[in-house]
Amino acid sequence: MEMINLKIDNKPVVVKKGTTILEAAKSIGIHIPTLCYMKLDDLNIENKPGGCRICVVEVKGRKNLAPACCTEATDGMEISSHTIRAINARRTVMELILSDHPSDCLVCPKSGKCDLQDLAQDLGIREIHYKGEQSVYREDTSPAIIREINKCILCRRCEMMCNEVQTVGVLSAINRGFYAVVAPAFEMNLDHSVCTYCGQCVAVCPTGALTEVDQTAAVVRALYDPSKTVVVQTAPAVRAALGEEFGMEPGTLVTGKLVAALRRLGFDHVFDTDFAADLTIMEEGAEILNRLKRHLEGDKTVKLPILTSCCPAWVKFFEHQFPDLKEIPSTARSPQQMFGSIAKSYFAEKLNKKREDLVVVSIMPCVAKKYECGRDEFSVNGNPDVDYAITTRELASLIKISNISFSSLPNEEFDQPLGESSGAGVIFGTTGGVIEAAVRTAYEVYTGKELSKVDFHELRGMDGIRRATIDFGGLPLNIGIAHGLGNARTLLEEIRAGKSEYHAIEIMSCPGGCIGGGGQPYHHGNADILKKRQMAIYREDSNKAIRKSHENPYIISLYREYLGEPMSHKAHELLHTKYFDRS
Amino acid sequence: MSEYNTQILICGGTGCQASESEEIGKSFRELIGELGLEDEVQVVVTGCFGFCEKGPIVKMMPDKTFYVHVTPADTEEILKEHVVKGRQIERLLYKDPKTKQPVSDSQHMDFYKKQLRIALRNCGFIDPENIDEYIARDGYMALGKCLSEMTPEQVIEEVKKSGLRGRGGGGFPTGLKWEITAKVPGDKKYVVCNADEGDPGAFMDRSILEGDPHSVIEAMAINAYCTGSDHGLVYIRAEYPLAVARLKTALKQAREYGLLGKGILGADFNFDIEIRYGAGAFVCGEETALIHSMEGLRGEPTFKPPFPSEHGYYGKPTNVNNVETYANIPVIINKGADWFASIGTEKSKGTKVFALAGAINNVGLIEVPMGTTLREVIYDIGGGIKGGKQFKAVQTGGPSGGMLTSEFLDTPIDYDNLLAAGSMMGSGGMIVLDESDCMVAMAKFYLEFTLEESCGKCSPCRIGNKRLYEILEKITEGKGEDADIERLKILSHVIKDTSLCGLGQTSPNPVLSSINYFINEYDAHVKDHRCPAGQCKALLRYEVVEDKCTGCTLCFRNCPVGAITGERRAVHYIDQSLCIKCGVCFDKCKFDAIVMV
Amino acid sequence: MNKITSLADLKRIKEQVHSKIRMRENSDNADTLVQIKVGMATCGIASGAKETMTYFIEETEHQAIDAVVTQTGCMGYCYAEPTVEVTLPGQEPVVFGFVNKAKAREIIDRYIIKGEMIDGMIPVTYKTIDE
Repeated sequence: MEMINLKIDNKPVVVKKGTTILEAAKSIGIHIPTLCYMKLDDLNIENKPGGCRICVVEVKGRKNLAPACCTEATDGMEISSHTIRAINARRTVMELILSDHPSDCLVCPKSGKCDLQDLAQDLGIREIHYKGEQSVYREDTSPAIIREINKCILCRRCEMMCNEVQTVGVLSAINRGFYAVVAPAFEMNLDHSVCTYCGQCVAVCPTGALTEVDQTAAVVRALYDPSKTVVVQTAPAVRAALGEEFGMEPGTLVTGKLVAALRRLGFDHVFDTDFAADLTIMEEGAEILNRLKRHLEGDKTVKLPILTSCCPAWVKFFEHQFPDLKEIPSTARSPQQMFGSIAKSYFAEKLNKKREDLVVVSIMPCVAKKYECGRDEFSVNGNPDVDYAITTRELASLIKISNISFSSLPNEEFDQPLGESSGAGVIFGTTGGVIEAAVRTAYEVYTGKELSKVDFHELRGMDGIRRATIDFGGLPLNIGIAHGLGNARTLLEEIRAGKSEYHAIEIMSCPGGCIGGGGQPYHHGNADILKKRQMAIYREDSNKAIRKSHENPYIISLYREYLGEPMSHKAHELLHTKYFDRS
Repeated sequence: MSEYNTQILICGGTGCQASESEEIGKSFRELIGELGLEDEVQVVVTGCFGFCEKGPIVKMMPDKTFYVHVTPADTEEILKEHVVKGRQIERLLYKDPKTKQPVSDSQHMDFYKKQLRIALRNCGFIDPENIDEYIARDGYMALGKCLSEMTPEQVIEEVKKSGLRGRGGGGFPTGLKWEITAKVPGDKKYVVCNADEGDPGAFMDRSILEGDPHSVIEAMAINAYCTGSDHGLVYIRAEYPLAVARLKTALKQAREYGLLGKGILGADFNFDIEIRYGAGAFVCGEETALIHSMEGLRGEPTFKPPFPSEHGYYGKPTNVNNVETYANIPVIINKGADWFASIGTEKSKGTKVFALAGAINNVGLIEVPMGTTLREVIYDIGGGIKGGKQFKAVQTGGPSGGMLTSEFLDTPIDYDNLLAAGSMMGSGGMIVLDESDCMVAMAKFYLEFTLEESCGKCSPCRIGNKRLYEILEKITEGKGEDADIERLKILSHVIKDTSLCGLGQTSPNPVLSSINYFINEYDAHVKDHRCPAGQCKALLRYEVVEDKCTGCTLCFRNCPVGAITGERRAVHYIDQSLCIKCGVCFDKCKFDAIVMV
Repeated sequence: MNKITSLADLKRIKEQVHSKIRMRENSDNADTLVQIKVGMATCGIASGAKETMTYFIEETEHQAIDAVVTQTGCMGYCYAEPTVEVTLPGQEPVVFGFVNKAKAREIIDRYIIKGEMIDGMIPVTYKTIDE
């Protein structure tokens, strides 16, 4: 590999040919400020349009300043990162950006977590010398995402996520010059577009231009309504990330504190979506085995591979883009919806209450879940199975509003019967987890033998598309895993072309899976945070006494008391769904 | 083949077509039939003659009589008098603005005397819709020579030796660009012609494509031979329908002759060209933006390197040159690099085409050797300033260039001199300004253009230009503050220093050069709230000179907003709070009783 | 339309089509060419100037003489029509009178090609505006 020598701020540095000035500087501890630039290592996600011009540096012999993020370092280059010229340029550019940005920081949902705000502070901006017209756009509200585009600084991160990573293609720059803005084509509303509400645009937006629909107020109202019994469920990925909102190290597991906080917030029953994840495995696993059995018997009508269906953004994606394949995914509802359905039937009956008296709130790492719980098929006589889905970030906000000192809370246990889960339910929170959980159960059901080891390392990792073959007692089962909808598209196109070799495929919309969801604490472009959350999830799994969904005693009694067996008529009614052609 | 004794060349450029040159041709043909002159007189519709100010133009061959402002009604007289009787029609001749005397033929017109037409060699000379006429002028000989007598390396060497630099504005050495594209390994390469001409008032490329499309096709084929490409693309503005039509005809004819297609001229060389349309975005003249636009993406530039020569259309090595650059290539091959390099200055070889516009007598398209002075262009070719006014400045390089004052009139025009003078060559727009032009307003005008045409991708260009514009607007409205001029300078330098592409890197040039050379005008606006040129409406006042006013009521009757009051035969008054400064009263007053202050 | 399949082919086509533009091309280099101006005013035409002009055009083409044949107005020698002014490169113009086909042939063969003086020259008594 060719190496080159250069100097940055008079310090010599040796880097590989092809390294940018920014990376070269970083390698010797020189920090060059950036704004639009974002790189998620190992996930193959990079945004460097070279648009914001904050990272400009002086290069000896060059006429104008060079953007460090996209200028390749060359041999013998002499770079100065903080000359007066570079600093003045940077500050002026920042002032210009701020001159076209609303200054309502104090009440902005992004305040304190805003890259623009932080950078303005770092650059020591105390006055904006340039005043003039500010671009004004209509606010766009959808079931999950709010676009307050006056705050857009055209970093294009959302566009890159939407187009390159997710291949959804809703967001792109439109208009010219000063009026350029990132928006759906023809400035349509998001809810008229093919947006999947995956929320990855929200996850990477450096400002308050893209945020989730805030439902904390509605939750508080429900909590203080004496006529309602408020039930809460928390998704697996939440416990691996919530601590970050309270200054804890990424990857800190806060399950016990989370339960304690929810109880203090006033939720009547604190349950776990992981329970419903175990339930999902019972149904989905049964479906996999059913299809597999028919396939092995020579049934030509059976559709394989089977695709997981836990992720609402993924479901909306294929309904828009691959409606011809809508018979392929599992018909099992997502854990959130299975929980809602069981809570408002089985659990309501146990409480001797009507479903209308129950309010089900879910805490999700996801913004698409807000959309999912509003889908018509997930309600009975207009009463939704899940009333409100709030994000990890919204929960943190609720905790802060309610004066709860999170870090000094004791660890508490979930309530029963919907609070017990296996390790298999926990790993739903990361890419590869759903299929690993399914394999743990399906293997034992199919072969009738106990697994010698429950950890399937071959299914884990961060590669966008992974494949593995699992030996089901002589039957080689080909498993595919994709996270990120662009990767999903690749696998779906193989299926459409009749070239897919898989029996089962797990798909999650967000890079990293739910741990990288659009409702999680902001990662600010640091992929290490996602990896630490993933490790926390697997740690939680291995700490569990029960590692397989079918061994969860509360699942067993739910079937015994109420559902009968997986894929039973009642299970179908409560736990399965159908898909629509939205093309 | 029958031999005509007279050929009537009619300019078929867009400008002359707009003023009925088509009807003129039709009328000629009908009358020639009626008079039985079919065997003697031929009508040829050509590309632009360049002298658009005087269009439609009809040139009689072989005596080169140059008729200007011809109407369809004049055709009969031309045929009966000029053709049949050999008498020139004096009233249709061009009159020298200095001597006021009619000039019999184009050779004796100052407009043409100092021109040297290389890129425009066939414009106004051949019928662009007839490939034979191009071939008769050594057309495709250069391609033939390359394919049968030269290796790609030799051709590139010849282009390098000629000293030809990119005519689109940047001035990058053409031969070097070809060499880079040729050396980058690639299974597929592209040859792109940038015909997305966008400077306000510029029409060099359009005229070449309208008047001599084959020269571009031939040059692209030569480039393809050099770089190892088989696929050419012309990115042309959809607003150039005539150029598109002529190009299509030319491509069809070239294919019919086998000059495009497979095994061209018996060599192992395949090449064809397709047309892509631009939707009128100035920024798409920037080569990376152009490529994105061709790929169906938003037309916005990306950071260079990588340059298109390495990573271009769909990631493949792509040679992008401008129309005028290509038009020079066949001549260089035919006449040799040494011949070409003998024209021009040390670092700028050959000629440059300019679209001459503004406050000048001879508005039009001209081509002069590099090194010609601005004075020669403006006073000799351009015929001096219109209406006997004083020259104030000349703007070269369009919205990316700067304003040059009279102290630069004797500067020889080339890439480096213009750059040193604070402007640039650009693609060839040249706008002459006279004493009645306000420099602050001009800077504002150009900025308005870049503002409109910025893609909005990078913050300094997107927001910075807007703020520059707002400050200029403030100044022209008389609301400027002392600090504004300094602010303009600081901001301009940052925009130049930090913008992503050439558009932003040059957009503050008109501001900086006008501040540099006309600081007094800025001061007048800011400190005295006065526009010396009388162009900034907000700073103007019309007043009645009481001694001169006769009370004729003409101003009163013409004022569109009723701002003037006064009795017949009594002094009139202008209510400044109502006045919209339209200037009608000033124009109408026969007694010089209304003044602009 | 036949395909052009070689450089030689292209050159052949060029020769074929060149006459289309020769008149225009020659007029651009008039100083280096023989210029023949035929007086084509009413009197000239009445005396057969048109036939004379056609003959000059055909004959110079035929003999491959690089000449520009143009028409001009009345030269004032109405007594000697048709009149023709011939300018050899680098020489003063010479005007011939009574130029019928036979005279035209003589002018081409002897004056233009060989540069010999021949009968029928009219002393020039005026200057053109070009001078």
